[in-house]
Amino acid sequence: MKHLTAVLVATVVALATISARAELVIEITQGMDNPTAIAVVPFAWQGGGSAPEDVAQVIDNDLARSGQFDPVGRGDMLARPSTQQEVFYRDWRAINTEYVLIGRASVTGQVQMRIEYELFDVNRQARVLSGYEEGHVNEARMLAHRVADEVYETLTGIPGAFATRLLYVSVTRNPGGKDFYRLTLSDSDGARPIVLLESREPIMAPSWSPDGKHIAYVSFETSRPAIYRQELASGARVQLTNFRGLNGAPAWSPDGNSMAMVLSKDGNPDIYLMDLRTRELTQLTRHYAIDTEPTWMPDGRSILFTSDRGGRPQIYRYDLRTGATERLTYEGSYNARARVAQDGRNLVMVHQAGGQFHIALQDLVTNRLQILTSTDLDESPSIAPNGSMVLYGTKSGDRGILAAVSVDGGVKFRLPAREGDVREPAWSPYMSR
Amino acid sequence: MKQLTVAGKVLTLLFAAVFLVACSSKDTKDDSAAADAAAAEAAARSAAERAALEDAAMAEQRLQDAVAAVGNVFYFDYDSSTLKPQAQAALDAHIELLRTNDRSVRLEGHTDERGTREYNMALGERRANTVRDYMVVNGIASFRIETVSYGEEQPIAYGSGEANWSQNRRVELK
Repeated sequence: MKHLTAVLVATVVALATISARAELVIEITQGMDNPTAIAVVPFAWQGGGSAPEDVAQVIDNDLARSGQFDPVGRGDMLARPSTQQEVFYRDWRAINTEYVLIGRASVTGQVQMRIEYELFDVNRQARVLSGYEEGHVNEARMLAHRVADEVYETLTGIPGAFATRLLYVSVTRNPGGKDFYRLTLSDSDGARPIVLLESREPIMAPSWSPDGKHIAYVSFETSRPAIYRQELASGARVQLTNFRGLNGAPAWSPDGNSMAMVLSKDGNPDIYLMDLRTRELTQLTRHYAIDTEPTWMPDGRSILFTSDRGGRPQIYRYDLRTGATERLTYEGSYNARARVAQDGRNLVMVHQAGGQFHIALQDLVTNRLQILTSTDLDESPSIAPNGSMVLYGTKSGDRGILAAVSVDGGVKFRLPAREGDVREPAWSPYMSR
Repeated sequence: MKQLTVAGKVLTLLFAAVFLVACSSKDTKDDSAAADAAAAEAAARSAAERAALEDAAMAEQRLQDAVAAVGNVFYFDYDSSTLKPQAQAALDAHIELLRTNDRSVRLEGHTDERGTREYNMALGERRANTVRDYMVVNGIASFRIETVSYGEEQPIAYGSGEANWSQNRRVELK
């Protein structure tokens, strides 16, 4: 049991290190056919000096990135109201705008920011939403994302997922030497990147705890792979595993109490479950084939994993109560690394078709398979907590970039880094306030 | 008679002295001959030893050269962990050398970028294990061999296409 003993590693985290080189840039490549025309009017700034953040621009970008909205350019606006009294519907009908969002931002006390907003339906000539967000002025962008979430939910009926965060791995190549690996945390739009870990050895498989307060990942910093758990607020981290062979693919259970992982300590890769309080291990799969890439069904009752026990990699489901294993994918000769949306119905995975690797979605009720992407070498899909978008890694030229596609395949955007390769995105759950 | 006695004593002394000198010179001659023989013997012995050592060194050098000639990277086919004949021949050279020393080795398994990262970690491990098993079967103790998989994380060639991929599907012996 000595291997299970937690090793509290000194904090090596430079929480404040902001690396502009790892920052992502967003390029929208495909939107919906008839996006909703919305005007996000610049918010009135009611504090001294200049506003710490262009709140309206953050909201505008969020809505545009969803592909479901076509924000009106500021230069096309005939008026810039910030109160209900200043809103004249004819100004907006004239430029075919369906919705108008206005707002005011102010600072109360020294550091507390308050954003008030109102959303108007131009056709119905009615206010359909009003509210406010408050928080630390350093979190101005996050407050803006929350406003975007409210607007998105009001107009689509689906909760927004803009006020969430991303983890990803970036690599700076060093030909003839060792590459430089970084684990980065950013807002869902790639802004405010924070480097959590830097290493000359590979970093892999970042994943979130269900409350969004902890992360897990694999680091080769001891010259062998090991699984680490890290608290985001303090940076404190613990080495969870140090077994011979593979120590990979950590996946938190929905209740946060245990972690599925892949270990090959007994000869070949199998799926194990670690109780995070006692560090006790339970072996789930026992097969001479490769069993890897565990992920949880949202109800926590079963685990999906990739196995080549049938000759080629396919997705299987392991029932935690009965121990029964069933194969879920049959279409194609390569289906791997499943992730399941919170609805428990949409399964996304890497699917090989025509020699290329794409992201595909399988409806677990109808078992219908839909290929969502047309690029090659697509991998590591991660679903937004509202189930609307899939973020994944792909290649552009010979560079690794992140890209996103909506679950209906209709909306696409890319998030290349300013420099280097980016890979293995992990979209956070909803963050508790 | 007293004079005679003196003369006799002188003669005796002279004789003794001559004898002593003669004896001492004879002893010196004997000693140097023994030393010469010993030196010759030692020289012959060290020459033989040196020759043996030189032979061993040359044998060692031959093994080193053979290893250097085959390199320390063994390549694999796509999605395969089967040792190819060329890789097997290269490994044999390493095994020959490892039999003459007690060095420990590290086998690092790698894959190309196709397929998922975790599956490739498993595939890289399979490749490293294949090489390890071959070495163990051929007499290298398993405790001397450490295996680590890097999956697709550390490519030699960054680009796509078979020309790059074939360089990345490998096990490196370190």
